[in-house]
Amino acid sequence: MYSASDLKKGLKLKLDGEPHVVVEFNFVKPGKGQALYRTKLRNMITGSQFERTFRSVDNFEQADLQEKKMQYLYIDEGKYCFMDTETYEQVFLAAEQVGDAKNYLIDNLEVDILFFENKPLGVTLPNFIDLIVAEAEPWAKGDSVSGNTKPIKIATGHQILVPPFIAVGDKIKVDTRTDEYITRVK
Amino acid sequence: MTRLSRPAGKKTALWLRARMLQAIRAFFFSQGYLEVETPLRIPSPLPEAHIDAIPSGEWFLQTSPEICMKRLLAMGYERIFQIAKCFRGGERGNLHLPEFTMLEWYRQDADYTQMMEETEDLLTFVAGELSLGNALAFRGDMILLKRPWPRITVREAFARFSDTPLEEALKREIFDEILVSAIEPRLGRNRPTILYDYPISLGSLARAKKEEPAVAERFELYLGGMEIANAFSELTDEKEQRRRFAKENSHRLSCGKTAYGPVEPFLRSLGRIKSAAGIALGIDRLAMVFTQAETIDDVVTFTPEDLEMESDI
Repeated sequence: MYSASDLKKGLKLKLDGEPHVVVEFNFVKPGKGQALYRTKLRNMITGSQFERTFRSVDNFEQADLQEKKMQYLYIDEGKYCFMDTETYEQVFLAAEQVGDAKNYLIDNLEVDILFFENKPLGVTLPNFIDLIVAEAEPWAKGDSVSGNTKPIKIATGHQILVPPFIAVGDKIKVDTRTDEYITRVK
Repeated sequence: MTRLSRPAGKKTALWLRARMLQAIRAFFFSQGYLEVETPLRIPSPLPEAHIDAIPSGEWFLQTSPEICMKRLLAMGYERIFQIAKCFRGGERGNLHLPEFTMLEWYRQDADYTQMMEETEDLLTFVAGELSLGNALAFRGDMILLKRPWPRITVREAFARFSDTPLEEALKREIFDEILVSAIEPRLGRNRPTILYDYPISLGSLARAKKEEPAVAERFELYLGGMEIANAFSELTDEKEQRRRFAKENSHRLSCGKTAYGPVEPFLRSLGRIKSAAGIALGIDRLAMVFTQAETIDDVVTFTPEDLEMESDI
């Protein structure tokens, strides 16, 4: 159990049966009045944000959250399937739960799946992954001016800006948080 | 160890704070006040529902110098002031430190309306000494110090700024929530503002108004939406004070807190106080206003968190 005095930015707690993360926090206390804990919370399932004020007598449960390494298998009828490689247990996430991570979900990619009370909530990609270039225009003469980039596509159809010398079939390292090309991988 | 980064403005803020303290002392000496120092460690704090003291051995660190100051009043010290460290458990936020500095002054033969005027005198004098003129930039507003400062009763404030009238807020026990969310942010934005005449249940050390016994002669001063000071016409009726403390203690117990007291020497001295008024003003917060600080951290040498970090030279 948490009490109001445990509240701080980043704390994850269970409210009305759902996991919430504290995104803003401030302690206030009027003159002779009681301590109040003003927070902005984000519902980790719906993503909605709202303000809530707690009193020092308020208690809340910890949110039972766990992360598990799983492998991405396939998408079927809008459901993304992930598998625990040790137990072969499979879970499914809807497109809105996967969000932008879909851009990098290539077959067999190892990702972190977040569970709330054993129900899968969302997916976290590795910060850097190696990808094969699926589509690219050939290197045309005159493109070699330094700083020049060209768009290529990876297997998921996601577009990334790379240096002009990158060709179809090359393996490249990409930062999944910023869509930035890092280097060509030998 | 994490390193503590020194904001560039800290040294400037500390210089202004020091000059502010100098000016405050000059003001009180010019008004015939005696500066006193009373013990920080006391046998028990006064029982107040929402103020928690920090234990120090068998005793406690003071939550305010009120007990000793009022005993001095009872001993015939007519005008006294003190700038003292106070300690309150569990209080940490943008405007709160568990150890903070309070200015308290008490004056015999005065009531809370005279304290309102004296607070105007004090802040106007200090702003002048700091060459800040009569307008203070703070939190995106310009606060004009031109006197007299607007006054608004607690009842009017609820009627004006809240959808919930005062009586209903008290009945539903959401007075504090409405105060911090709907009322305080609107007070003192362009002029220092005095919020006064609190429900008697919210002024356990304040005298009731003669013509309106349900109202306590209490006021708070706001600057830039921030509470700066709290004042009373002092309650000097021992019996009544005992009743009020019992109520505060039973509230403490109902919240799972320990009761405070006894505070017999304090209670027995009350009857010897002639009519008097007193006020407590947060020095750190006043320094915030004068230095345009964002948080209370910006106007103190070290926060408790700083003490656990190495500092840059």
